[in-house]
Amino acid sequence: MTPDDALRTRLDEAWRDPPGLWGFLTTVDHKRIAARYIVTALLLMFLAGVLALDMRWQLSVPDNDHMGPQLYDESFSLHGSTMLFLVSVPLMEAMAFWLVPLMLGARNMAFPRLGAFSYWLYLGGVLTLWIGHAMDITPDLGWFEYPPLSGPTYSPGHRADIWAQMITFTEVAALCASVNIVATILKMRPPGMTLARMPVFLWAMLIASIMTSLSMPAIMLVTSMLISDRLVSTHFFSPAGGGDVILFQHLFWFFGHPEVYIIFIPATGFVSSIVEAFSRRPLFGHNVIVLSILSIGALAFGLWVHHMFAVGLPRLGNDFYTAASMAIALPAGLQIFCWIATMWSGRPRLDTPMLWMIAFVATFVIGGLSGVMTASAALDLQLTDTYFVVAHLHYVLIGGALFPLFGAFCYWYPKATGRLMSERWGKVALTGIVGGFNLGFFPMHLLGLMGMPRRVYTYPASMGWEPLNQVATAGSAIAVAGGLVFVANALISYWRGAPSGADPWGGSSLEWATESPPPPWNIAYAPVVHGLTPMWNGSRPLPVMDGLADDHRQVLITSVTDAAPLYRQTSASPSIWPLVAGLAVSAMFIASIFTPWAVPVGTLLIGITLTGWFWPRRPRAKQGPLGTGG
Amino acid sequence: MSGVPDIEIVGSLADLPTSATGARHLVWWGNIGFMLIEGTGFALAAASYLYIMTQAPAWPPRSDALPGLLWSGIFTGLLLLSELPALWVLRCAHAKDARGVRWGSLVMTVFGFALLVPRGFEFAHLGVLWHQDAYGSVVWLLLVLHTTHIVTELGESAVQTAWLFTHQIGDDQFADVDDNGNYWTFVVLIWLPLYALIYWAPRAV
Amino acid sequence: MRRGAALAAFLPLAACGGIQSPLSPVGDQAVALHSLLMLSIMICGIVYALVIGGLGWSLRRRRAEPPPDTDARALDHSLWIAAGVILAGLIALTVGSFIADRALFAARGRDALAVRVTGHQYWWRIEYRDPASGRWIETANELHLPQGRTARVALGSADVIHSFWVPNVAGKIDMVPGRRNLVDLTPRRLGWFRGQCSEYCGAQHAHMALDVKVDPPAVFDAWLTAQAQPAAAARDAVAAHGAAVFAGACAACHAVRGSGAGGRAGPDLTHFASRHSIAAGTLSMTRGNLQGWIAQPQAIKPGTMMPAVALAPADADAVARYLVTLR
Repeated sequence: MTPDDALRTRLDEAWRDPPGLWGFLTTVDHKRIAARYIVTALLLMFLAGVLALDMRWQLSVPDNDHMGPQLYDESFSLHGSTMLFLVSVPLMEAMAFWLVPLMLGARNMAFPRLGAFSYWLYLGGVLTLWIGHAMDITPDLGWFEYPPLSGPTYSPGHRADIWAQMITFTEVAALCASVNIVATILKMRPPGMTLARMPVFLWAMLIASIMTSLSMPAIMLVTSMLISDRLVSTHFFSPAGGGDVILFQHLFWFFGHPEVYIIFIPATGFVSSIVEAFSRRPLFGHNVIVLSILSIGALAFGLWVHHMFAVGLPRLGNDFYTAASMAIALPAGLQIFCWIATMWSGRPRLDTPMLWMIAFVATFVIGGLSGVMTASAALDLQLTDTYFVVAHLHYVLIGGALFPLFGAFCYWYPKATGRLMSERWGKVALTGIVGGFNLGFFPMHLLGLMGMPRRVYTYPASMGWEPLNQVATAGSAIAVAGGLVFVANALISYWRGAPSGADPWGGSSLEWATESPPPPWNIAYAPVVHGLTPMWNGSRPLPVMDGLADDHRQVLITSVTDAAPLYRQTSASPSIWPLVAGLAVSAMFIASIFTPWAVPVGTLLIGITLTGWFWPRRPRAKQGPLGTGG
Repeated sequence: MSGVPDIEIVGSLADLPTSATGARHLVWWGNIGFMLIEGTGFALAAASYLYIMTQAPAWPPRSDALPGLLWSGIFTGLLLLSELPALWVLRCAHAKDARGVRWGSLVMTVFGFALLVPRGFEFAHLGVLWHQDAYGSVVWLLLVLHTTHIVTELGESAVQTAWLFTHQIGDDQFADVDDNGNYWTFVVLIWLPLYALIYWAPRAV
Repeated sequence: MRRGAALAAFLPLAACGGIQSPLSPVGDQAVALHSLLMLSIMICGIVYALVIGGLGWSLRRRRAEPPPDTDARALDHSLWIAAGVILAGLIALTVGSFIADRALFAARGRDALAVRVTGHQYWWRIEYRDPASGRWIETANELHLPQGRTARVALGSADVIHSFWVPNVAGKIDMVPGRRNLVDLTPRRLGWFRGQCSEYCGAQHAHMALDVKVDPPAVFDAWLTAQAQPAAAARDAVAAHGAAVFAGACAACHAVRGSGAGGRAGPDLTHFASRHSIAAGTLSMTRGNLQGWIAQPQAIKPGTMMPAVALAPADADAVARYLVTLR
């Protein structure tokens, strides 16, 4: 919708960021914050990919001396920790930050400064891990460093502390992001967008964010307990002191299993949006898909012991977790059916975003099926801790999350930049990535069945594992090459891509109602929603409501179930306090690796920065004992 | 397909109020979100306590003393008492009573400081140190986690009180006072199961 | 006929087996798991074919616009059918899993050979209970099992979490400090097999392998009796000299029963030369490899707990010659 020039000018004035570096440091624009998240995460994905290629090179030949054990152990630890904590979850959060207000027809997130703060803390986690790597105190015990190996006796020094604190940074960032996303989705929907009329992507982000709030405390607690064992000699995980190493595993996986669904569920949101748009018909089985997401979200909290089937826990428990782990395949399978059914009954257009959805189905289902195999407590005793499970986890994470993410990137790129990516190079990139990935990782199922354990820096020639390892290396290299083509396409299209206009794909949801790229205030009026596909209303004009202030930052707050307009809320302006508070929190987290006194001192500092953040700017009191009188 | 769609203005939001109270208010939901997160953390810490307890041959281990009841009793009593000004402040906030929230927040802040005294003595009378064994570690974990909340609530109440006395209070600030009162109530309520675990589970087992 | 077809499909898989593979099961436990694996691959293969078939059909189908109402009804019915198919597959796999799980514990009620294996960074302490005397007979890094009998292995760890895995015989079970786990091994075929630690345990996790020999029961009994004997005294001068050097430089960590060397930090070497490999499967048992290992353990297995002990070449050679006599 094109507001008149006077309205645009007033909105621009109210919503613009300060210029230059100060604007960069103080912005609370959800789109700018999302962009910096995505750029950072893509850079880290590239670094993690280089680590992976290095490891693949080492494993191409038995008894290879390209890397010794220390370097290899650091590589798989850094690769796993980076991909799981610093890339997958942050990319999903970033997509939510960018897309949720746009899809809601809202001007910003519920808590704009909290969004900025989330990014600074995420960056703190990135720097903790990678500067630690540069200083040669890289964590080297994997991405879930079990004690006693990670305890004070067997890992002196600070590598394990770097790992634990990196997690603290990223988990606080994720928790802040999740509260932000839930509040935005529950309270800032456009008039008429009842929960029943809410697109699947918003359901996915709502559920994933609630799951984050319930699961991240577990890993915050367990990494704090580990640091405490290492720093101040507590005995949570030392058997000699009455502690239990398995307590670590329970707490870790209570977080760790929901974590992978926190990564997968937003992907189901992308798939739903893209399959709907490119099948040119409303999503089949909307209610089934939403219910499936809800049940996956709930079931995910009842599965964590399947990561511990080899620990020797009571058999009755193993039976229960086998059944539960199998059960979660039902809602996932129904979702796949609904997406395929949408394509079957629609008129599919095979542009690049849709091709990524097809690659997702073909790849993720393999991962889901290998997951069903590992769901059996008995069979898992042959499969866990081997390359079979390495294959499984990559198939579900790359096929199930990254392929939808790449498709989402291509799909919403025109909205974010106003340009189209090259279709031809997009298909080349897809072929390289998808073909290379499958060539690289399918052989790993076989390697696991041939007895190759995971996390080994080399293997003897007599085992016969060399040929499949070489195929895996070749495939991985092709996938990375495809990834480079993808990034090059994105960069070059930014300057040379064809102009896209507001709605190049004919999408069904509200983000396509505004310009590409959206102005800082996103959309001039509050859209009124009457169905699941507000943009597909024939040639009728889009109903909207005016009346939101245009001379200062104001957003509309609506009710939770019915999205009835309630009141108009002032939205936070640019502020330096999120950065300052982020620095204070970072200082406390880093210093507490070295001394427990950092906690009280840091708390005081943080208290001061939070006071500055939340100090309301209002006139001085006239009455009361501290009033100015008069 | 490429241009922005035509629009039709069907209504106006200009008559909507610019503030709200309770669950209608946006920030209330953020507050609930943080209670959910912290509550989950406490629940998992309590679960860890129970897990370690079920593994131990004796609880507390024979080398440790039972945690003292005197100072914890004083703390618990004082904490429950502090809920009274908190509830009164909540009522004043809903009624938009500026004088009430000012003096009520001051009383809450004084309670906050006062609570630190018995809490300090509680730590000294736990009967075990954090580095002696897993029992000591997990008991100190629960008490430290709760103390962190007392301290942050004290800080928030103190800062709020200072601001309230020196500024004109608007609707958003009454909402902030409401949120703080709710969070104080959360900190009081969450203490009760922790109190039962730390001080009574070793006596019951 | 159907079984033949199924077998034909699985033959390529069988060709992938080996001495450390669940695809070549020789033990009761591994056989049960292998059957479950084949059932799973079959069911998962069928499901995948259905998904890809459905996807392909959906993309190639030509349809009118707008889609007729019959489409919607057909899809609604198909949704229920899909749910039923998925549920049926999951139930089959769950039931199969429970059956296999029962098979793993089928030997529990019966008498078994008592074995204790303790994980160390990066080797295995292995102890057999002598049924006659009740004493524990200690060896290291090589597990012998009697064919057709069940060995009940109690698993523990002296340091960090390890995992005991001999895939041809049974699934893996973790070795957790502070905990004692049990695994039953009932091998039915003779031969050499290989196990490997399957829980990342530190720098040399990759070189913590286990040689496993399945012998006829009579051969096994003779082996165990021989393992229970103390070491014979060294006969020639060089070996005797080696024993003396050993007592000074190695006995702090290693035991050779009958010689006075009683260290427990490292593997028991009483019958070291009867083993298949050195350093938990890192090197094959030759005198040259042994000399290399004694001289430079950190170069061969960097991060191993065995330090490089400075010995004069003649002394190192003598120790190697001594150890080679410990059959």
